[in-house]
Amino acid sequence: MAENEKQSLKDKVFESQVWRSIFRHGYADTHRNRVLQVAGNVFLHLHPTKTRRHALRIRFTWCAGGVTFLLFLVTVVTGVILMFYYRPTGEHAYIDIKMLEFDVPFGMVIRNMHRWAAHAMVIAVWVHMFRVFMTGSYKPPREFNWVIGVILLVLTLLLSFTGYLLPWDQLAIWAVTVGTNMARATPLLGHEGPFYELVGVNARYDARSFLIAGQVVGPPALLRFYVLHCIFIPIAASVLMIVHFWRVRKDGGISGPM
Amino acid sequence: MADASGTATAATSPAVAKVGAAAEARAVSKAQAPAKTIELADKAHTWPYLVRLEFLAGLIVMIVLTVWSIALDAPLEEIAQPNRTPNPSKAPWYFLGLQDMLVYFDPWLAGVVLPSLIIVGLMVIPYVDVNPKGNGYYTFKYRKFAISTFIFGFFFLWIVLIVMGTFLRGPGWNLFAPWDYWDPHKVVPLTSVDLSEFLFGIPASSAGGVLLGLAAIGGWFSLGAVFYIWKRNSPTMKKLGFVRYAIVAGLWLTMMALPAKMVLRIGFNIKYVLVTPWFNI
Repeated sequence: MAENEKQSLKDKVFESQVWRSIFRHGYADTHRNRVLQVAGNVFLHLHPTKTRRHALRIRFTWCAGGVTFLLFLVTVVTGVILMFYYRPTGEHAYIDIKMLEFDVPFGMVIRNMHRWAAHAMVIAVWVHMFRVFMTGSYKPPREFNWVIGVILLVLTLLLSFTGYLLPWDQLAIWAVTVGTNMARATPLLGHEGPFYELVGVNARYDARSFLIAGQVVGPPALLRFYVLHCIFIPIAASVLMIVHFWRVRKDGGISGPM
Repeated sequence: MADASGTATAATSPAVAKVGAAAEARAVSKAQAPAKTIELADKAHTWPYLVRLEFLAGLIVMIVLTVWSIALDAPLEEIAQPNRTPNPSKAPWYFLGLQDMLVYFDPWLAGVVLPSLIIVGLMVIPYVDVNPKGNGYYTFKYRKFAISTFIFGFFFLWIVLIVMGTFLRGPGWNLFAPWDYWDPHKVVPLTSVDLSEFLFGIPASSAGGVLLGLAAIGGWFSLGAVFYIWKRNSPTMKKLGFVRYAIVAGLWLTMMALPAKMVLRIGFNIKYVLVTPWFNI
């Protein structure tokens, strides 16, 4: 093939209407393209086109917030795959997990990945909070973003806790029993808590039975935790993550020395 | 565009492309006003300098996670049996610090009030920390109180209790050394007494016992008031103001009540400081 034939083929592809409609700029390493690469990409435009240099140092951010977000995405993807094979009922839940383990191709790896990513996310979000505290990044004007971060931390723990019940094995049911038992000691609202008689709650109607849909952790609790785990909390966390990331930019980008 | 970026760039900006954003920024800034100089020299293009780091970090996390998931299986025990309680029954590992607090406080406090206060306490940090220093960089020198309090709470009252709860708490929630066999029949004599019995030999539910308990708890929190009166004219206190100080002192003393109760419980076998018909502390 002659040199200009190659050139004209290149032109045909890269100048075509289809290509130009997808990629708005060239790839050559120019100042303009570097800016467009970020500003013209819906995923990358979370970033500013230019970043303060100290924020590039791994020693400053530990990349903990980003790692937390990545692990959240991993649990979403693997979680959706698991949902194809799992039924949240007393008869099926445990058998479905066994089937994932022994029958579904790569089922075990997907389940492992979901569980380890969830545990790692809990650790990553703590590390992120620790780093943000150590750099004083909650200080004005970023006070409210810290508050949102604390809510996200709580949601992360709740996501992990609601997921803990779903395998429906001894580990699951008793961990959740121990955890939700605390709710019956809630002052005023739990039937073993201080001043419960003022409100008139009892074992059938109190904070704990509201959480687990009954007096013991049984199939109704499994369904309740499943819906919270797969729908309610992920949506709440996603909305707050959008606000959290957006506010990082609106509050003047990543924190740094004035 | 493809043509433009292919040929025109080659002609006009090889220098920029080669030398990179840093040099470019410096070259531009030299020609401009000093105020702008700092602004430009302090920044780098997000693409590629930040995005490549994020990509690398993501790659490392995904490799580790994949290898981990292939090598280590998630636990799965026997099917759930509501009539067979395992001993010990443990909450998920990240709540074991809270579960361990049950040794020192009743469930309404350890399981409900204190966890809620942890969340509220974390949320108010930005509003009660009026120190403008250390915003956006690491420093211990200018934030001694904030950092030591946070590290104490995070590492000693949260992480250490989790590690203890995971590895050292066995059947009956008894403490076991790492090399001990988890004997489900281990008997630990329950010789704990209430504070008033320990000090004066009077029952905690008697009038004297309740008064003593109230005095002990009141005395603990009045430490905050004493400190306020002592330091009321210091610049830090003036800046903090009474309301912020009261919140900080209240939360701080509540947090420190946990190690205080641990000392009373482990060192002196004291169960309750205050006993009332409705709740015990």
